[in-house]
Amino acid sequence: MNPEIGHYALVLALAVAILQTVLPIWGARTNDAALMRVGPSLALAFCGFVALSFAVLVVAYVTSDFSVLNVVENSHSLKPLLYRITGTWGNHEGSMLLWALVLAIFGATVALFGGNLPARLKANVLGVQGSIGVAFIAFLLLTSNPFTRVIPAPAEGNDLNPVLQDIGLAIHPPLLYLGYVGFSVTFAFAVAALIDGRIDAAWARWVRPWALGAWAFLTLGIAMGSYWAYYELGWGGWWFWDPVENASLMPWLAGTALIHSAVVMEKRDALKVWTVLLAILAFSLSLLGTFLVRSGVLTSVHAFATDPTRGVFILGILVFFIGGSLTLFAARAGNLRQGGIFAPISREGALVLNNLLLTAAAAAVFVGTLYPLALEATTGAKITVGPPYFNLTVGALMLPVVFAMPFGPLLAWKRGDLPGAAQRLMLAFLIGLAAAGAAAYAESGGPALAPIGIGLGAFVILGAIIDIAERSGLGRVPAATAFARFRGLPRAALGAALAHAGIGICLLGIVAETSWNSETIVGAKVGDSFAVGRYELTLARLEPRTGPNYRELAGVFDIRRGGASVGTIESSKRLFTARNMPTTEAGIRTFGLSQLYVSLGDELPGGGLAIRAYWKPLVTLIWIGAVIMALGGALSLSDRRLRVGAPKPARKAVAAARPVAAE
Amino acid sequence: MTRKGRRLVLISSALGVLAIAAGLVLFALNDTIVFFRSPSEIAQEHTAPGTRLRVGGLVKDGSVVKSDNVHVRFAITDGGADVEVAYVGILPDLFREGQGVIVEGRLTGPMSFTADSVLAKHDEKYMPREVVDALKKQGVWQEGANGNPVKATQGSAAP
Repeated sequence: MNPEIGHYALVLALAVAILQTVLPIWGARTNDAALMRVGPSLALAFCGFVALSFAVLVVAYVTSDFSVLNVVENSHSLKPLLYRITGTWGNHEGSMLLWALVLAIFGATVALFGGNLPARLKANVLGVQGSIGVAFIAFLLLTSNPFTRVIPAPAEGNDLNPVLQDIGLAIHPPLLYLGYVGFSVTFAFAVAALIDGRIDAAWARWVRPWALGAWAFLTLGIAMGSYWAYYELGWGGWWFWDPVENASLMPWLAGTALIHSAVVMEKRDALKVWTVLLAILAFSLSLLGTFLVRSGVLTSVHAFATDPTRGVFILGILVFFIGGSLTLFAARAGNLRQGGIFAPISREGALVLNNLLLTAAAAAVFVGTLYPLALEATTGAKITVGPPYFNLTVGALMLPVVFAMPFGPLLAWKRGDLPGAAQRLMLAFLIGLAAAGAAAYAESGGPALAPIGIGLGAFVILGAIIDIAERSGLGRVPAATAFARFRGLPRAALGAALAHAGIGICLLGIVAETSWNSETIVGAKVGDSFAVGRYELTLARLEPRTGPNYRELAGVFDIRRGGASVGTIESSKRLFTARNMPTTEAGIRTFGLSQLYVSLGDELPGGGLAIRAYWKPLVTLIWIGAVIMALGGALSLSDRRLRVGAPKPARKAVAAARPVAAE
Repeated sequence: MTRKGRRLVLISSALGVLAIAAGLVLFALNDTIVFFRSPSEIAQEHTAPGTRLRVGGLVKDGSVVKSDNVHVRFAITDGGADVEVAYVGILPDLFREGQGVIVEGRLTGPMSFTADSVLAKHDEKYMPREVVDALKKQGVWQEGANGNPVKATQGSAAP
């Protein structure tokens, strides 16, 4: 397809987005039903044009159309088809276009499946979505046009950064954007409610599926990014407190607070103003993340664009949407009627505590991420705020959240019985203590906090199980009745328990990996053996190979445990010829829940290779836990309550809650 | 409890959490931040040994000595002064003589340094931003010779 078609489609999308911003909101102000009704059609047209534009860019990549500058800079005709496709969003322009596409898809889903929304709310929501569309399409057209041509067209492209030629990159940005941009819908709902000056429990019920969906995608996106860094960057870390990671963690923390406070608002009509503020904050932090990554203000593994005009433009977008929404919030929040009082010890009280600590953690991450930038801008001093800062602050704030987590679901609304809850959790607490003791006994090496972490993880997982057992009356009623009750439990309760268990599982993985991993760095020639944890590795052979666009040297290791062979592991070092750039392809082998991790270093003067090998106990639990959290979110989404909010939308709300299905 | 009393509890607990968070942040910032210095700055300021720092510059040509498998010594220069660096571990893929790197660790003497991590730029075009600034100050930076966006990759020693 002709790249100009993509360019024109983008221009048309901008025009449609401007109409989508103005007409429905004008209609809502003047009570003009006809104007309000054009919103959905415009949102669909917007989605169509952005999708067409994106498709044109994908085609340019697949066919290696080197008359397009973006393709020249980031692709190569020898690159495998999969990476030619995923390379579309492995660069600044393409990834912004993907951002706009995800936004358009969310807008279209609201238009299609928001049938149960009041007309005014829907019109305002689509209008706000339209305005975000205007900002980002204008950004693309004015500063980051992916369809710029080069004449004469070069015969070959520069290739994609080899680190990004990976299946992880195919999945990570789209998932992350589904999370980031998913919060644009909750943001639009918040701003729409503020424009209208009215908000009630039903609003929370409409917002919750979007918040849950965005949260689940963001959870998966962060986990995927972490796993990608783990296996692709070759030094065995899975979280670096890199500013770009922090940029995704902040909206996650705010979003986690939001899905909890929305429950309070829906059930008890309380915390309204706070929930609206969180909805604004979650998307503001997503925008901030986009700004940090896209403007190139950071020194970071991910920042692949630096151009001051872009930075200033995104800063403008940031100021407009965050400043505008907060101003509107300040002006209108006072009018929102407060409701629902509750005792400090109650389900609401527990959720307030959760919210306070989560937002405080988000603030700590915010300060740690932006302080170096602010300091350099004001005094010129260059500093690094590293892992020790984040481990201390976020760790100290999240520990009470995790410890309080099993108590929350066991407390009643309005007035809870804390001793009763503690009594019911006694078994979990004792088993947690036993687990901590066992961990301290089995692994004497690690830090003193480690067994406590293990105990806490076990406590949280068991607490989630006890919550469900209590709700189904296990032990108090006959087993058959308990099972019937279990099947009748609201999916939201099951989802919450599952997500909470996921946190416990993730915590176990984090504690075990950071406390008891063992690292071996050696120089080895073929035939040499060395020990890693309880395993013995032997470098069996070195194989030079040629791939489609790289050459590699692969090392094959035999693994033995207690003298018996348990398989082989292969690790390689690749040289991508187009950019003359080496990458490390770590060899990873999973044993149960733990992994053996081997990466190759340089060739040594006396022959042989530098080799770095790790034993990472229970490391897979980190990502398994995250996936379970996301599953919990999905299970919650399928709750009847989120579907029966209005007369007809049983099927529709589910689809609306899972926007990817439409893609 | 009255409505007022409950609100008081809510507000005071919010303020309590806020105060704790603020205290934590300030304490941690005080304790854990690491400053960046160029070799010339270290030479001029006589920074005290034992200070935790990040130092950036170019790996001096001919200075890299690999004494055994994983012990490496090299010098970082910004044209004005050199810092001798000792490092144990695997160097990042793009560590080469003449390339820009950042090391993090402690000063062990006036101009000697023990690094526990080495960050190298991650592709031919890119150079760590701090290194570019340090080189510009010393007048050895040529505009246009390199793009300045930053992609660092890290190699770190055993903890």
